[in-house]
Amino acid sequence: MKDFWHRFRANKGGIIGLALLAAIVAVALLAPLLFPGNPWKMVARPFVPPFEGMKFPLGTDTVGRNVAAGLAYGGRVSLLVGLVSTLAALLIGIPVGALAGYFGGRIDDLLMRVTEFFQTVPSFALAIVIVAIFQPSVVSITLAIGIVSWPPVARLVRGEVMSLRQREYIEAAILQGLSTPAIILRQILPNAVSPIIVMASLMVASAILLESSLSFLGLGDPNLMSWGYMIGAARTVIRQAWWLSLFPGVAIVLTVLALNLIGESLNDALNPRLSRRRS
Amino acid sequence: MRGTTFMKIATRIAARLAKAAVVLLAILVLNFLLIHAAPGDPAVVMAGEAGATDDVFLAQLREKFGLDQPLYMQLGKYVWDVLHLDLGFSYRQQMPVFDLLMDRLPATLLLTGSAFAVSLILGVAAGVLAASRVGKWSDTLISTVALLFYATPLFWAALMGVLLFSVVLGWLPPFGYETVGSGFTGIRRALDIAQHLALPALSLGLFFMAVYSRMTRASMLEVAQLDFVKTARAKGLSRAVIERRHILRNALLPIVTLAGLQAGQLVGGAVLTETVFAWPGIGRLMFEALTQRDYNVLLGVFFVSAAMVIVFNLITDLIYGIVDPRIRAQ
Repeated sequence: MKDFWHRFRANKGGIIGLALLAAIVAVALLAPLLFPGNPWKMVARPFVPPFEGMKFPLGTDTVGRNVAAGLAYGGRVSLLVGLVSTLAALLIGIPVGALAGYFGGRIDDLLMRVTEFFQTVPSFALAIVIVAIFQPSVVSITLAIGIVSWPPVARLVRGEVMSLRQREYIEAAILQGLSTPAIILRQILPNAVSPIIVMASLMVASAILLESSLSFLGLGDPNLMSWGYMIGAARTVIRQAWWLSLFPGVAIVLTVLALNLIGESLNDALNPRLSRRRS
Repeated sequence: MRGTTFMKIATRIAARLAKAAVVLLAILVLNFLLIHAAPGDPAVVMAGEAGATDDVFLAQLREKFGLDQPLYMQLGKYVWDVLHLDLGFSYRQQMPVFDLLMDRLPATLLLTGSAFAVSLILGVAAGVLAASRVGKWSDTLISTVALLFYATPLFWAALMGVLLFSVVLGWLPPFGYETVGSGFTGIRRALDIAQHLALPALSLGLFFMAVYSRMTRASMLEVAQLDFVKTARAKGLSRAVIERRHILRNALLPIVTLAGLQAGQLVGGAVLTETVFAWPGIGRLMFEALTQRDYNVLLGVFFVSAAMVIVFNLITDLIYGIVDPRIRAQ
């Protein structure tokens, strides 16, 4: 563990990412304290420009809502959807990959065909169709993102399981009479955890991008303020009010950037052999 | 000898085509299931908001689509219709969905094709530049910019492009396919369209520009460590020749693989780009279908975009076989 932290710290990007993410999470968690009241409520006249007073540091939007409050509450949605949809993708991808890699043969063939299918289908278009048909809500958005993002997980886990399956200690476990689920869950998967963690951290970033794209198109949860919605609503007034599109976008870029930096650092720290070869 | 190579390529193509057909069929089944999994009456789903209140109209639809028949019969009919290029009817636009799609497809092909070329050329060029100056400030700059582009949502990059190049600088038109009512023809018209195309294509290509530049850089640095490059150096070849003929050629292989992945991202991203720039392609059509709850059109766009990806993958597959003789020999 100490060794891991040492290696993680060696990468400046990871530390910057961690600090950035900590700040974003803090603002998102403290949103109800920082901005009591509903972020949808009108609080001032519309189109107050930013940096003009301490009351609305980032200005107000087309109907007089506080942009800063919207950003804080939007962060909650982005982070939550990013995290839960990644968990959903792991819940689909890990079993599929583990079964395919462990059993091989026909099961592998079948599962990999399904995986390939979902990799071929344009993922954003599929996400749009799913959310539109099942009506936009946090649940349908999270599920849609999970459904379109599991295939890389399945491929990764399959590869790991396939190579671990050949090891002697697995043969020993089989000879000892351990049940198959026990072997997969307790002997194989724990040894495949680090690449999964690296991939998951990068997946949260792309899930946040997907969520913001969906809500930009008007497919966000109608009851929740989100960064993508804010940009989508401000799109038509970009000439008059540049700040309405600029600030939520910066928030998305910073969050995604932080997660990508952390993911790369984790990769360096958890797979030291690979990363040394890379640079 | 020649004949057997040809046979091998022919069987490979046949196998790929068969696989593509199976995937398309699977997408049709998925479409069908989605219509039926939707909450509420499939007839209402298919009619969209247009006819949802008219009971007589819904009853007609139910009869027309055989919604009283068993599910597998309905699926059979659906697949049969699509095979005959019948993707249903848009009651909103009062037009067959297939005709709507064919109207809009050329604009999307132009946009995605340009975005692909832009991202590939600029991305690889930036990657080569960064790899040949590894550790210097230009390498750091390129890598940092790539990292930023990698984290930028497509639609936001598009909007910021409009803000900078159209609103502030006034260099490029903010939206549309061409100047309406200009009466331009021939080369003037092509130039006009190219001007309108610049921002959409650049913003759509931005993400993969970053991906390609990072891949090219990493891949070039890796190939540079290999023994045959050392041999070339020992032979006394110049740096430029080694970089171009020995390293870049081999470093490009993983990039062709990535190109297949990009196809899906491009057609998905086209929905966002075309929405921002009012580009008259199938992506914009999908957005319109969303706001009008026109599910027939929505599923039609999904099917055609998937078909586009499959065709693109077939092409990259063939190119890969030509570029890399090791695969051709298999």
